[in-house]
Amino acid sequence: MNFVSEVVRYLTKSSNWSGANGALALLANQLEISALAVAAALVAGVGLGAVLAQSRRGAFAVVNAANAARAVPSFALITLLGIQPAIVRLRQGGLVATGIAMFALAVPPVLTNAYVGLRGAEPSARAAALAMGMTRVQLFKQIELPLALPVVMAGARTAAVEVVATATLGAYVGYNDLGTYIFTGLALHDDVETFAGALLVAVLALAVDQAMALAQRALTPAGLRARRASP
Amino acid sequence: MELAASAGPLVQWGWVASNEGTILSLLWQHVELTLIAVGVGLGISLPLGVAAWRARPLRSPLIGAAGALYVVPSIALLSLVAPLTGFFSLTTAEVALVSYTLLILLRNVISGLDSVPPGVYESARAMGFGTLGLLFRVQLPLAMPSVLAGVRVATVTVVGLVNVTALLGQGGLGQLIIQGFTEDFNTPIVVGLVLSVLLAGAADAAIVVGERLALPWQRKAKIAAQ
Repeated sequence: MNFVSEVVRYLTKSSNWSGANGALALLANQLEISALAVAAALVAGVGLGAVLAQSRRGAFAVVNAANAARAVPSFALITLLGIQPAIVRLRQGGLVATGIAMFALAVPPVLTNAYVGLRGAEPSARAAALAMGMTRVQLFKQIELPLALPVVMAGARTAAVEVVATATLGAYVGYNDLGTYIFTGLALHDDVETFAGALLVAVLALAVDQAMALAQRALTPAGLRARRASP
Repeated sequence: MELAASAGPLVQWGWVASNEGTILSLLWQHVELTLIAVGVGLGISLPLGVAAWRARPLRSPLIGAAGALYVVPSIALLSLVAPLTGFFSLTTAEVALVSYTLLILLRNVISGLDSVPPGVYESARAMGFGTLGLLFRVQLPLAMPSVLAGVRVATVTVVGLVNVTALLGQGGLGQLIIQGFTEDFNTPIVVGLVLSVLLAGAADAAIVVGERLALPWQRKAKIAAQ
């Protein structure tokens, strides 16, 4: 019980929340790198997914390669990038190493879902759009992309939760996010700090999952929502 | 001793050769940690999955709880468990690893049982199978493809996560990654990364082959369908 009350005291002390190393700043850093990585992965993944869905050429190979890349442990990638002289020399080396590794983590789920979603647009919807005189670009922007959005967003949700959770490891290579509490606590044998940091990361990951679920619902076109409601 | 200006070439084969013994024993530890995690995960998920399948109200709380565990980051979960189960202990590593298998396995056990066509157990009942006989000799074998699909995903996930447990528990190849980072030396990290990817691929392939051998009727059914 003593331990729990110490964790509560740690988390409710206002000085632990403010300042450059306060929980709010670290939380902001964690969200920032996660948002950057997922946004970049969305651009790259949806772009590549759209090209693959159009041409179909090599799609199987690319999607499979992306899925195989999931087996690369982020921890290995972060540390490997984190000791490269070209990155160490940078002022924000930790951010760059963590950011690249998180981008690599986010691309596979986004790309797979974008490809599946864009490929799966109903032929009748496409045919109707073309018959209405839509150009190729209009077809993509007004029909294929909106219809694929729920699937794309499901991929983005998976990616966002994985990234926001894994970005914690960035603190190991010097990126100042919530992982800092965990690694400092471990180094100093301060279980309270470790536990408090872990708790914050866990809550953040759950919150991101919920937020992405809401975004997914909001971005689902009304027509698709209605159809799901009445099967 | 010279001061390393760079982290060296990606792989220094001399280092690999002279540390072969350590690398192999860490690889074996990685395999053991994975086998225990998936084995225990399956040992928990099979009975829980069957229970949740039979008693529908149990489903969403069980899946919800497993889902919440799944979302908690591995390093966070490890640090949450470590004060209770001991820093750098096997239990710490396994508690975290098993937690990640639960959601994947539970879902697949339940959907596997769901996929058994009602006609099958009506006829099994008519043939005189009791509840347990029905479960073990009809339903679970038919649910196996779905369960094994879950085992594949869980195994590949765990192989990756074991690396992280090196930070707080025992971590097989993850120890090479930590060594490389602390010594500013590429080779151990690359060896850990490559072996981890190869192990995930090999484990995945082994399960696929095992499934073919254990469930021969699937192939016969496919051939018959052609």
